[in-house]
Amino acid sequence: MMRSRLLWPLVALAALLVLNVAVTPSFLELRIQDGHLFGSTVDILRNGAPTVLIAVGMTLVVATRGIDLSVGAVAAIAGSIACTYIAGGGSAVTAVLLALSVCVLLGLWNGFLVSVLGIQPIIATLVLMTAGRGGAMLLTEGQIITVKSSLYREIGAGFLILPIAILISLAVLVAVALLTRRTALGMLIEAVGVNPMASRLAGVHSRTIIWTVYVFAALCAGVAGLMISSNVSAADANNAGLWIEMDAILAVVIGGTSLAGGRYSLAGTLLGALVIQTLTTTVYTIGVPANVTLVFKALVVIAVCLLQSPRTAQLLQKRRKSPRSTSRSPEVAAG
Amino acid sequence: MRGISVEFPGVKALSDVDFRLLPGEVHALMGENGAGKSTLIKALTGVHSPTTGVIHLSGERVTFTAPGQAQAAGISTVYQEVNLCTNLSVAENIMLGREPRRLGGIDGRATRAEAAGLLARIGLTIDPASILASHPIAVQQLVAIARALAVEAQVLVLDEPTSSLDAEEVEELFRIMRVLRAEGVAILFVSHFLDQVYEIADRMTVLRNGALIGEYLPAELSRIELVSAMLGRELGTLHEVQRRSDARHPRAEPVLVASGLGRTGAIEPFDLDIRAGEVVGLAGLLGSGRTELARLLFGADRADTGTLTVNGQSGRPRGPRSAIAQGIAFCSEDRKAEGVVADLTVRDNLVLAMQAARGWARPVPRRTAEAVVAEYIEKLDIRPADPEAIMSTLSGGNQQKVLLARWLITRPRLLILDEPTRGIDVGAKAQIQKVVADLAAEGMAVLFISAELEEVVRVSDRVVVLRDRRKVAELTGDDVSVDHVMSVFAAPHAHTGAVAS
Ligand SMILES: Nc1ncnc2c1ncn2[C@@H]1O[C@H](COP(=O)(O)OP(=O)(O)OP(=O)(O)O)[C@@H](O)[C@H]1O
Ligand SMILES: [Mg+2]
Repeated sequence: MMRSRLLWPLVALAALLVLNVAVTPSFLELRIQDGHLFGSTVDILRNGAPTVLIAVGMTLVVATRGIDLSVGAVAAIAGSIACTYIAGGGSAVTAVLLALSVCVLLGLWNGFLVSVLGIQPIIATLVLMTAGRGGAMLLTEGQIITVKSSLYREIGAGFLILPIAILISLAVLVAVALLTRRTALGMLIEAVGVNPMASRLAGVHSRTIIWTVYVFAALCAGVAGLMISSNVSAADANNAGLWIEMDAILAVVIGGTSLAGGRYSLAGTLLGALVIQTLTTTVYTIGVPANVTLVFKALVVIAVCLLQSPRTAQLLQKRRKSPRSTSRSPEVAAG
Repeated sequence: MRGISVEFPGVKALSDVDFRLLPGEVHALMGENGAGKSTLIKALTGVHSPTTGVIHLSGERVTFTAPGQAQAAGISTVYQEVNLCTNLSVAENIMLGREPRRLGGIDGRATRAEAAGLLARIGLTIDPASILASHPIAVQQLVAIARALAVEAQVLVLDEPTSSLDAEEVEELFRIMRVLRAEGVAILFVSHFLDQVYEIADRMTVLRNGALIGEYLPAELSRIELVSAMLGRELGTLHEVQRRSDARHPRAEPVLVASGLGRTGAIEPFDLDIRAGEVVGLAGLLGSGRTELARLLFGADRADTGTLTVNGQSGRPRGPRSAIAQGIAFCSEDRKAEGVVADLTVRDNLVLAMQAARGWARPVPRRTAEAVVAEYIEKLDIRPADPEAIMSTLSGGNQQKVLLARWLITRPRLLILDEPTRGIDVGAKAQIQKVVADLAAEGMAVLFISAELEEVVRVSDRVVVLRDRRKVAELTGDDVSVDHVMSVFAAPHAHTGAVAS
């Protein structure tokens, strides 16, 4: 079932790649320069790294029937804290640790609102979504803060053959997959998402589980925020991670995890994030006019979602079957 | 309905089944768990579309692709799993989609008044403005029936409407069914209670493994014959579980002692002790507080007075997790809302409680999981016998078996079973009663709750009787009999009246 749901995102990704090759024949070319891999596809991976990372955290939140709208704001906060600290003469390592600690606190706050106070996730995280960016603005005093730390720059712009950013994201994805699937955590998360009441009565520690996934989502958002700001060696409280929560949620949904909670697929999420990122790149390479980019993006996403829906699958199946069943029905009516 | 087949990926749930339902009759659809009864009903009402076959309604061929169409055509249905909006009020649930209107909006007062009338018709006196979720599953079932009765239907379909009702409500329902039958309504009725079927049904159709076995008149088929038609074999274990209280005199230490435990509005403070190796039955009419009592012991609801002593440790129950840690297990009567994790596999559902007790970091070893799952699939005859099957695709009775197994494998010291045989067929019911008896013999304490008095009396060493949310009697030894329990129900003030609230 999960596999068939991933069919259309795969088709979409392939179609986008073909489209790109048609427009730019050199699109798939890769070259190694100074031990770094370069090419358009590598760029897609590097630019998509923050989205992948945030989408991984979002997947677990969505699996518990929640949603986290605050990830973009948390990303902006992380970048602002790190850059402000470095600009004030602090070391990059301390800056990173400081930023991530604050993100954990923000995740604890979200998790507290949802799991202890029982506030609807969409409302609970909306608080931080709006207030968080305001906080980041206060911190940076509304300025774009640029830093000159080569160590800090490595996170988002560095290379270990592949961009370091994508290596971090993939490592987290694999680690989470192993952690949740090799232990019982994944199953318990899904159980809480499908039927919280039944899980509670079965003795599942639902509150802790829900709390933890929000902390994890915030941590992922924090690292993603560091990647974004490090890539440009600057913190832009206004624009860093803007709308990234939407991309992440879309990636999760395209990847086959239902917003109603329950079964999740991290592989699907990765695929979904790649579709979104390739789409964003394609919009530029094929020269879609800037004022219609969002509409174009929306159309592709709607198409994928429509094709994925169970209803469409049913219709397609009936289409395929119909010639046979019409020829058979008269006999049945007679017998 | 002719030649109906319904297929799901990998399963043929119905093959080539004919079924006819005549006006003015009550037609019982019989079969063991997973035979295809609910599937046939859903094919009729357009929930599933049959792969082959035709349906005629009053001589006209019909194809419903959505339940709404069937309803519009005069088929009113109560499905096996209560599918109402539990967060809406009782009145809103009954009148949903056909509310009286006034000035372009919904007329709340008229809605409640009309709903109250429909509730009165089935003899239920509850506040129509109360939220549905605040009522026990039996009341929710009655509300679903009231909703089905609200439309003037020519066909009324009732899939296990009586599975959690007491004798009194069943009588009330039958009275209404008889009236409707006399008016010419065609009624399809599913129940695992043979007594009920023989009392009300004019004709019976038996399904087995998705195939039609035959159509019979109750007069020409004895119970034994009916059971073997359903199971395809003779039933051996049915009489094995005997009253056995005399056999043992549990003098063991009490596993649990409740003193003055109570919760305002749910149950008056009560005293109760349960000893190792003992089955204590809990009897009471609808709304007497059976489930409420059980939930207090487990900590699913907070007690506001009294103490609970478990294995010598006293305190107020703190919640399901700590109860489980103390060796108490609670199998809820509301399997859809409080038991089934629909999207997960049978295996995950079965090991859920065991896994939760071990904590997330220590997964139940694959081999252990496979062994216990296989053991209980066999022991309780869970079908399909596939640990990877998705829970929501199982028939109601089979889901119930999985939930029972979920708790049995945790080997609790005290097992609280709230309606454990709800929706379970005759064969499996005897099997489950036997399992309960065996566990007690091994030293487990069991609190057994059931609306079916015969069953409570059969399995229990001791019966606690509740009335109007108060413990009124405790019967032991030879006093444990259906007649005696009934007389306590009725006893001092037989006219105390009101049913659930
Ligand atoms: N959505 C589904 N997908 C796959 N199999 C299904 C689905 N729904 C039902 N089945 C299968 O069809 C068979 C018949 O199920 P059905 O619910 O009709 O049984 P039933 O006779 O109503 O049993 P019960 O007495 O337990 O309610 C079962 O084997 C069940 O597992
Ligand atoms: Mg059924």
